[in-house]
Amino acid sequence: MAENGQKEAGRNAVVSMRMNRWGSRIEKAKDPRIAVRKLMQYLRPHLPAFILIFLLVIAYTGLNLVGPYLMGVAIDQYISKADLAGLARISLWMLMAYVAASLFQAAGDRWMARVSQEILKQMRDDLFTHLQSLSLRFFDKSPSGDLMSRLTNDIDAINQAVSQNITSLFSSVLTLVGILVAMFLLNPWLALVSLFVAPIMFWFTGFIAKFTRIGFRELQAGLGNLNGVMEEAISGQRVVKAFRRNDSVMQNFRRANGKVYQAGLKANIYALLLMPITNVLGNFFVILLVGVGAALALQGLATVGLIATFISYGQHFIQPLRQLANMYNSIQAALAGAERIFEILETKPELQDADNAVSVSAFKGNVAFRDVDFGYLEDVPVIRSMSFQAHPGETIALVGPTGAGKTTIINLLKRFYDIDKGAIEIDGMDIRRIRKNDLRRKLGVVLQDTYLFSTTVLENIRYGRLDASDEECMRAAQMADADYFIRQLPNSYQTILSERGGNFSQGQRQLLAISRAILADPDILILDEATSSVDTRTEARIQKALLKLMHGRTSFVIAHRLSTIRDADKVLVINDGQIIEDGTHQDLLAKKGFYFNLYLSQFKGQQI
Amino acid sequence: MKKLLSLASYVKPYWKQSVAALALLISVVAMDLAIPRLIQRIIDDGIAANNLKLVINTTLIMLTLSVLSAVFSIGMNYFSVYAGEGVARDLRDTLFSKIQSFSYGNLDRMVTGQLIVRLTSDISMLQRIVRMLLRIGTRAPLLMIGSLVLMFSTNPTLALSILPLLLVTGGLIVFFVSRMGSRYMIVQQKLDLLNTVLQENIAGVRVVKAFVRDRFESDRFKESNRNYTNESVKVMQLMALMSPSVMGMINIGIVAIIWIGGGQVIGGSFSLGEIVAFTNYLLTTMSPLMILVMISQVLASGSASAERICQVLDEEIEITDAPDAQEFPTEPEARVEFDHVKFFYNGHQQEIVLDGVTFRAEPGETVALLGATGAGKTTLVNLIPRFYDVSAGEIRIDGVDIRRLKQDEVISQVGLVPQETILFSGTVRENICYGKPGATDQEMIAAAKAAQAHDFIMELPNHYDTHVNQRGVNLSGGQKQRIAIARALLPQPRILIMDDSTSSVDVETEREIQSALDEVMKGKTSFVVAQRISTILNADKILVLDKGRIVAEGTHKELIASSSIYKEIYDSQLGAGLEIDKLQGEDHG
Repeated sequence: MAENGQKEAGRNAVVSMRMNRWGSRIEKAKDPRIAVRKLMQYLRPHLPAFILIFLLVIAYTGLNLVGPYLMGVAIDQYISKADLAGLARISLWMLMAYVAASLFQAAGDRWMARVSQEILKQMRDDLFTHLQSLSLRFFDKSPSGDLMSRLTNDIDAINQAVSQNITSLFSSVLTLVGILVAMFLLNPWLALVSLFVAPIMFWFTGFIAKFTRIGFRELQAGLGNLNGVMEEAISGQRVVKAFRRNDSVMQNFRRANGKVYQAGLKANIYALLLMPITNVLGNFFVILLVGVGAALALQGLATVGLIATFISYGQHFIQPLRQLANMYNSIQAALAGAERIFEILETKPELQDADNAVSVSAFKGNVAFRDVDFGYLEDVPVIRSMSFQAHPGETIALVGPTGAGKTTIINLLKRFYDIDKGAIEIDGMDIRRIRKNDLRRKLGVVLQDTYLFSTTVLENIRYGRLDASDEECMRAAQMADADYFIRQLPNSYQTILSERGGNFSQGQRQLLAISRAILADPDILILDEATSSVDTRTEARIQKALLKLMHGRTSFVIAHRLSTIRDADKVLVINDGQIIEDGTHQDLLAKKGFYFNLYLSQFKGQQI
Repeated sequence: MKKLLSLASYVKPYWKQSVAALALLISVVAMDLAIPRLIQRIIDDGIAANNLKLVINTTLIMLTLSVLSAVFSIGMNYFSVYAGEGVARDLRDTLFSKIQSFSYGNLDRMVTGQLIVRLTSDISMLQRIVRMLLRIGTRAPLLMIGSLVLMFSTNPTLALSILPLLLVTGGLIVFFVSRMGSRYMIVQQKLDLLNTVLQENIAGVRVVKAFVRDRFESDRFKESNRNYTNESVKVMQLMALMSPSVMGMINIGIVAIIWIGGGQVIGGSFSLGEIVAFTNYLLTTMSPLMILVMISQVLASGSASAERICQVLDEEIEITDAPDAQEFPTEPEARVEFDHVKFFYNGHQQEIVLDGVTFRAEPGETVALLGATGAGKTTLVNLIPRFYDVSAGEIRIDGVDIRRLKQDEVISQVGLVPQETILFSGTVRENICYGKPGATDQEMIAAAKAAQAHDFIMELPNHYDTHVNQRGVNLSGGQKQRIAIARALLPQPRILIMDDSTSSVDVETEREIQSALDEVMKGKTSFVVAQRISTILNADKILVLDKGRIVAEGTHKELIASSSIYKEIYDSQLGAGLEIDKLQGEDHG
């Protein structure tokens, strides 16, 4: 159930991830100021670099503005006055200004690329390290697909903003201000035109950008809906077919598709308006400058060179304006992303070791639950006043219906969660007083669905104990009876597992997990027997390997097999978070209670 | 590219809009090109000749042109969006209905995730191409060619001296793009590696914690992170060079115009106004170069998208009704016969799944299928509603080869409870009535009761109107499975297929479902695939499958005496049968 939920959550997350890539997701941070302030903490170590980069930006923005001015001078002072030598001189100056501007820009951008990537690397490192310290409670609450999409998309959003927008935001504003200032310095009368046109341009760009945002929000909702319909229909295609519902599925789809079409029309008509309209406004600006400039020239208040300079400024005005409009969304997305990332970074790691935690190198294997209460959520108890005791070397079978709390007991033993009341003791010591890592290292687990990593078989086994030699790993595999199938693999121990070991059968995966546990050589063992889909021969092998592993260790087994239960030193029958019966298999059968019924239900109707 | 062209037919319904957009676009480009000319006129004929009237008139003409250009742009915009969205909608529709017509064999070859990608990203890619070609994609080259022509016609010598600059800029851009392309692939690989580590650590968090491997994993991540960062710095630094160098080239061009053109003005062969116009044309020639790069990239990924889409569209539907398909009786007896049935996936002899399966299920019988994973049980039951066609041999229902029947009518007589429970978002009611949308409440409740689902449904907050969401948080695995069983029972099929349907419920629930099913299966020909032997002890016939063959056939009693495989499976699951026997004896006695 938990696993199913996770799988499905993952699928949903895939959909939402795709939506992000599709259209620009437009969302806002709840409190942008806080997000900015926290982002600043990452920028601060690079402050000197930033200052120098900004100086470079100022230099190249300035030089880019000097160029058109020199052009005007060239026209008025030299071309008009037929001064060829002067023309050559000023052309060289222009060339130098432009080349220097390009060099400065290249240097600044390259430097910024490095700094921004360093910042993001730091952020990813911090995030990952922090994730490692978070408790399972956190992972329970956050579906893995969702978490994954956060970590990738949000970092990506910040990446876009930091690497591209910081400098271009600065240079855009600088260019706009610089152009206005230069215009007023050169010719206040002609500059008045810009006072007339610039506000219209600002307003219009903002206006369109706003409508675009609204349009895209609708489109986004429509796409989300369409994606949901498609996702569901396609992943359930076989069921759709088996119940002959293609027509109604098609109808649903057409409805959603039609809505996306309408929303897409609206959003894109607005969005794509920005480009031509700003173009036209830019033209408008230039035309007015030329017209008014010419009129002034006739009055002797302007020159042709000045007009040429102003034309060039007018042309440079529109680009930063457009950039600012585009940047708005990307900065918003980055802040929203940053907010979510800081949310994770600020989640407190649970289950810290106490200051006086004891280091333990080996356990004898006395395990006791004393009146333990526990719930994953407040007010929803999963384990209720549970007490039991296991002696060194004993095998304890946990039996009970699904959801009774068997897996929870395992989670508590490993101290993945802290209990709400009572105590869990190993060798007479409260596990909260033992160093967490020591405790976990000495408690081995073999779970039903084994998690394998996409590396070689050998490395997967070595996961049990990192300093084990290749030989030790192989010996562990031999003991687990996994060696025979590993050797049949195309590259034997060096075969690479596909994602999550998808190319291995469940039985094979379990054998690998057992090898891993053998290698780890724990003092206390926790096992979850497989219930399904393992063929009989593999099952026999697994059974044998497990017996070997359990020998001489205190073992807890979530049992599904009669033989395991029968061989156990003690059977705990668990229902509703409580131990309702305990004893050996024979004791329990004799009681003719819950266990007896559970046991019989497997064999009803059998007449030999 | 060929595939991209083959999808061009989807633009056809929107040819009017497309032509309109292109026509408007050409006028806009013409107006854009006229403006520098008019500026030149103001400078040369207005200011130089001291002609205020000409200045005012020309300015007014330019303003009118730019207003017109704005209106045309809006029109062009509208038409191009209209065509783009329309093409996308139609393509999605065609693609989705194609997927709807797929049979199981087709679906096996497609990965769900990929199908969704094709329906979303690939289509929006093509949509972008349509829109782009009707707008900037055509505008940029037109503007470039127009400016070049005007430059050459105004001043061929100056234009010729600018030409090398243009070629160098083009070369520079091609260089950057190709270098970046290959580098970007490396970055993508590193990013994938990084994400794999991340993904594994999130999904495998329990294992990492259980083996206390957080330090190890952090180191692993840091290394991947460093590799990725180094590569991405390289790409971004390369990218950081592109814009300044192109801008630099444009500016060098402007200096060249001022210098060379200025000399010509002094020499009297050129005018000041022409210099100003020339610098403007230079801008409109060089800036589209960047856009051309973008277009080539979009076209490249677009043709990859087109190829993926065509792959789906060209997929041949495996199973269609024969032209002379027979009606299936509405009240069939439902005798099912397998006659030397062979089946291989994808037609490969090596991948043989069923190898000469012959058996007969009489009307009303319950046939149980037992065998290891991969023995062919699920495949066998999937052949009955003709989800796949047999590779050799024949399957008959009531004596008729199912390939000669209408598939829809066969399916309507088969109730299927699949191995993996898939419910749809909607209410419990909608899910149970999925196979018969018009069912009455009585029918629905009867089906739910038979599937042992009624009681828990009544405990849900809104009973039958409780919403089942895709994440299914509100239902347990067993509950979902029981809803799936009710869903299969509701249409009252004559044939019932239960593919390992009680595997994810606990023993107690299984027993309840089992006893209900015994009731329901009466009068239906039923096929039960099971892992647990305890669920099939009552079957009329048990088929033991091994590697695609029936290795034993009979009732439980017969098989336990005669089949060693059966006995092996039986012992491994139930173990000491004798003990149970004794125990039950005690209990009854």
